[in-house]
Amino acid sequence: MAQTHSNAEHHGHGHEHPDQEEMRTFAFWIYLMTDVILFATLFATYIVLQGNTDGGPGPKDIFQMNGIYASTFILLTSSFTSGLALLAMHKGNRLALMNWLWVTIFLGASFLFLEVNEFMHMVHEGATISTSAFLTAFYTLVGTHGLHVALGLGWMIILIIQIAKHGITPVTKRKVNIVSLFWHFLDIVWIFVFTIVYLLGVK
Amino acid sequence: MWDKAKEFASEFFVTGDPLIYGADVSIALTLIAIVSVLTYYKKWGWLWREWLTTVDHKRIGIMYILASVLMLFRGGVDALLMRAQLAMPELQFLPAEHYNQIFTTHGVIMILFMAMPLMFGLFNVIVPLQLGARDVAFPFLNSLSFWLFFSGAMLFNLSFVIGGSPDAGWLAYPPYSDKTFNPGYGQDFYIWGIQISGIGSLMTGINFIVTILKMRTPGMTLMKMPMFSWSVLSSCIAIVFAFPILTVTLALLFIDRYLGGHIFTLDGGGNPMMYINLIWMWGHPEVYILVLPAFGIFSEVAATFSKKKLFGYKSMVFAMMIISVVSFLTWAHHFFTMGSGADVNAFFALSTMVIAIPTGVKVFNWLFTMFRGKVTFETPMLWMIGIIPNFVIGGMTGVLLSVAPADFQYHNSYFLIAHFHQVIIAGVVFGFFAGLYYWWPKLFGFKLNERLGRLAFWLWNLGFYLCFMPQYALGLMGMTRRVYTYGWDKGWFEMNLVSTIGAVLMGAAFIVQVWDIAHSLKKMDREGTQDPWNARTLEWSIPSPAPFYNFATLPQVTHQDDWWEKKQRGWSAPAVELEPIHMPKNSGIPIIMSMFWFFSGFGLVFDWLWLAVPGFVGVLACMIVHSFNYKPDYYVPVEEVQRVEAAARRGSK
Repeated sequence: MAQTHSNAEHHGHGHEHPDQEEMRTFAFWIYLMTDVILFATLFATYIVLQGNTDGGPGPKDIFQMNGIYASTFILLTSSFTSGLALLAMHKGNRLALMNWLWVTIFLGASFLFLEVNEFMHMVHEGATISTSAFLTAFYTLVGTHGLHVALGLGWMIILIIQIAKHGITPVTKRKVNIVSLFWHFLDIVWIFVFTIVYLLGVK
Repeated sequence: MWDKAKEFASEFFVTGDPLIYGADVSIALTLIAIVSVLTYYKKWGWLWREWLTTVDHKRIGIMYILASVLMLFRGGVDALLMRAQLAMPELQFLPAEHYNQIFTTHGVIMILFMAMPLMFGLFNVIVPLQLGARDVAFPFLNSLSFWLFFSGAMLFNLSFVIGGSPDAGWLAYPPYSDKTFNPGYGQDFYIWGIQISGIGSLMTGINFIVTILKMRTPGMTLMKMPMFSWSVLSSCIAIVFAFPILTVTLALLFIDRYLGGHIFTLDGGGNPMMYINLIWMWGHPEVYILVLPAFGIFSEVAATFSKKKLFGYKSMVFAMMIISVVSFLTWAHHFFTMGSGADVNAFFALSTMVIAIPTGVKVFNWLFTMFRGKVTFETPMLWMIGIIPNFVIGGMTGVLLSVAPADFQYHNSYFLIAHFHQVIIAGVVFGFFAGLYYWWPKLFGFKLNERLGRLAFWLWNLGFYLCFMPQYALGLMGMTRRVYTYGWDKGWFEMNLVSTIGAVLMGAAFIVQVWDIAHSLKKMDREGTQDPWNARTLEWSIPSPAPFYNFATLPQVTHQDDWWEKKQRGWSAPAVELEPIHMPKNSGIPIIMSMFWFFSGFGLVFDWLWLAVPGFVGVLACMIVHSFNYKPDYYVPVEEVQRVEAAARRGSK
C-alpha cells in the first residue's frame, strides 16, 4: 500500500479485530438517528407553538419566499456537488475531490449567508426571538439547522487539509463518506423545514 | 473597589447558612488534603498517566463507580437532612427555601449523577469482558464520555456553594423554572450540569451499541450473548432515542431564560405543558434505561448461584426489547391530571399496564431459574433474592398508579414517592449492588468480606421497608410530596418518625459498605479471585483484575454460557501462538476538552461571555487536534503479553 496508516499497516495479522473504519461509519449512522430525534423534537415544538404569535407577526407577515427558494436551490445543489466529490474520491482523483468539496463549501456558505440575511431582516422588522412563542420556536428550529450547516462547513475545511496531507486513504475515505452522509442528512432536514415551516406557513 | 468585590462575593458565594459554611470548610480541607497527599508522594505524574488520560474501559469504569459512590454520599446526606426535617411536626431544622433546594439536588444527583454513572461503570468494566473484546468500540470517546459526565456533575454540585442551588424539583417544571419566577443562578447550573453530562451519556449509548453489535468474539452470535450484555444493548437503544429529547428540552428552557424566549413561559404564547410532555418523553424511558441493566444483573446472578442455565433466555431477550420500545409510549402517565381527556389518559394507562407484562415474565424467569437449582446464598445472590419481593411490591403499586381515575387521588402524594423509591432503590440501586458484589473480585482482584456484606444487605433492606412502607400510608392519609413541614393535628407524626428511622438505617448500611471496602482492601484476599463463584460467562475465564488487553488470545465461543460449558468439558486453553495486540493510546484530550466544557457551562450560568466563548473555542480546538491525530493506536509486543500473563497467573490463582 502506498498510503499507509496505522490500522492498515498491520492488516496481515489483525484479521480478527473488527474493522475500525466500518465501525466508525456504523456509529455515525446511529449518531444521525439521534440527530433525527433532536430535529423531530424541535419540529414538534414548532408545530405546537406556530399559531401562538401573541398578537405579533405571523408566518405570512415575515417570510420572504424568494430568498427561501434561492437558498433551498443552493443547498440541494450543494448536496449534489458533495455527491460528485464522493465519485471523484472513488475514482482516486484527489484534486477533483478537493475541488468539489470546495464547491460544496462555497454553496453551503452562500446558504448560510442568505439565512443570516433573512434573520437580520426579520429582527430589523421587529420579529425577534423574544417576540412570541412562534418566533422562538422558529429561530430555534431553523437556527439549529443553520448551526449544523456551519459545523459541516468547518468540518469539510479540516478534511480538505487532511486530504492534502495524507491523500486518499481508508481513514480519509471514511471521513469524506461520513461528512457527505451528514451533508445529505442536513439537506433532508431542510426539505422538512422548507415544507413545514415555509410552504405551509405562507399557505 | 473593596466594596465592589464584597458585593460580588456575596452574590457569587452562597452565604448566610451555617450548614453551607460547614460544607465550604470541609470541601476546602478535602481539596487541600488531596493536593498535599498527591504532592508529598509525588503521584501527580502517576495520576495523569494511569488514570486521568486512560482509555482503558476497566479504569474508566472504576472511575465512574468511584464518582457515583461520592454522589451517593452527597445525595444520601440530602435525603437524611430531609428526613430529619420531617421526623417531627413543626420542626424548624430547614427553612422552606433550603428544603426546596435539597429535594431538588437529591433527585437530580441520585438519578443522573449516582445511578447513571454506577450503571455506566458496570457497563464499562463488564461488557467488553463478557463479549471477549479488548476494549469498547471507541476508547477515546469512552474516556470523553466519562469526563463530560464528571464536569457536568461537578458543575451541578458547585451550585451548592457558588451561586445557589436549583430549587424547582428534579425535573425543573416551568413556569417556576423560568427567569420570571426563578431569577437566580441555580436553574442555569441545573441546565448546564445535566446538558454537559447528557452529551456524555448519549455518546456512551452509541459506543456500547457498536461494541455489542460489532466487537463480539468469534462464535458469539447474538443469541449466545450473556444476558447482561443484552440488557446493556436494550438500555443503550433507549439512551440513544431518549437523550436527544432531554438535550433539546433543556436547550429550549435555556433559550427562554437566557434569550427571553417564550417556548414554556406563561406570557408571549408559551406553553409550560409542552415542557412537561417533552421532559417525560425523556424521563420515562430514563427509568427503564436504569432498570434494564439491573434486570441483566439479576439474570447473571440467578443463573450463576443456581448452577443452572437461565430459564427462558429467548423470552428474556424479547421482554427487554419490548420494554425498551414500550417505555417510549407511556410518558403521559406522569401527568394524568393535566386534563388531556379520557381518551388520551386511557391510552397511556393501558400502555403503562402493558409494560408490567414483560416485567412479570422476567420475574418468573428468575424464579424458574432458581427452581430445582443448587442455590447458594453468597452476598450477590442474597441481594438478588431480596430484590424480588421488594421490586414486585414496587411494580404492583406502579400498576395501581397507572389506573388513571385513581391516580387523581395518588398524584403527587407520598404514595407516589414510596412507589418510585421502591422501583428505583429496590430495582436499580439494589440491582447494581448485586452487580458490584458479584463482579468486585473481577474488578479489583480481591474479595469483599462476606459477613460485612450480609450485615449491609440486612441493614439496607430493613431500613428500606421501614422508610418507605409508612410512606404509602402517609400518601393515602393525604401527605403530599415536597411539603417541608406539617402540623401535629394531621396524625402523620408516628409514620414519619418510623420513616426517618428507616432512612438512618440505610445511612448506617452505607457506612458498613464503606467499612467493608476499607477492611477488605487492607486484608487483600486474592485467593481464587479468577472465578470465585464458579460462574458461567467469559469474564471469569481471565485473571483478576484483567490484564489491560483483557484476552491474550480471543476466545472461540461455541455455546451459551461458554465458560461454564468449557469447565464442564474439562477444557484447558490450547497453546496458541501469541500475536501482537492492537491497543489504543492514552489521550489527554478528553479531560482537557471536558474542562473547556466546564468553563463554557460556568460562563453561561453567570452570563460571562468572556469565559463561555473561549470555552467553546477550546472545545472546538480539542476536536480539531484529535481529528488530526492519525496514530491513535499501537501494538503490544508478544514479549510483553507473555510477561503480563505470567505475572497475572502468579497473582491470582
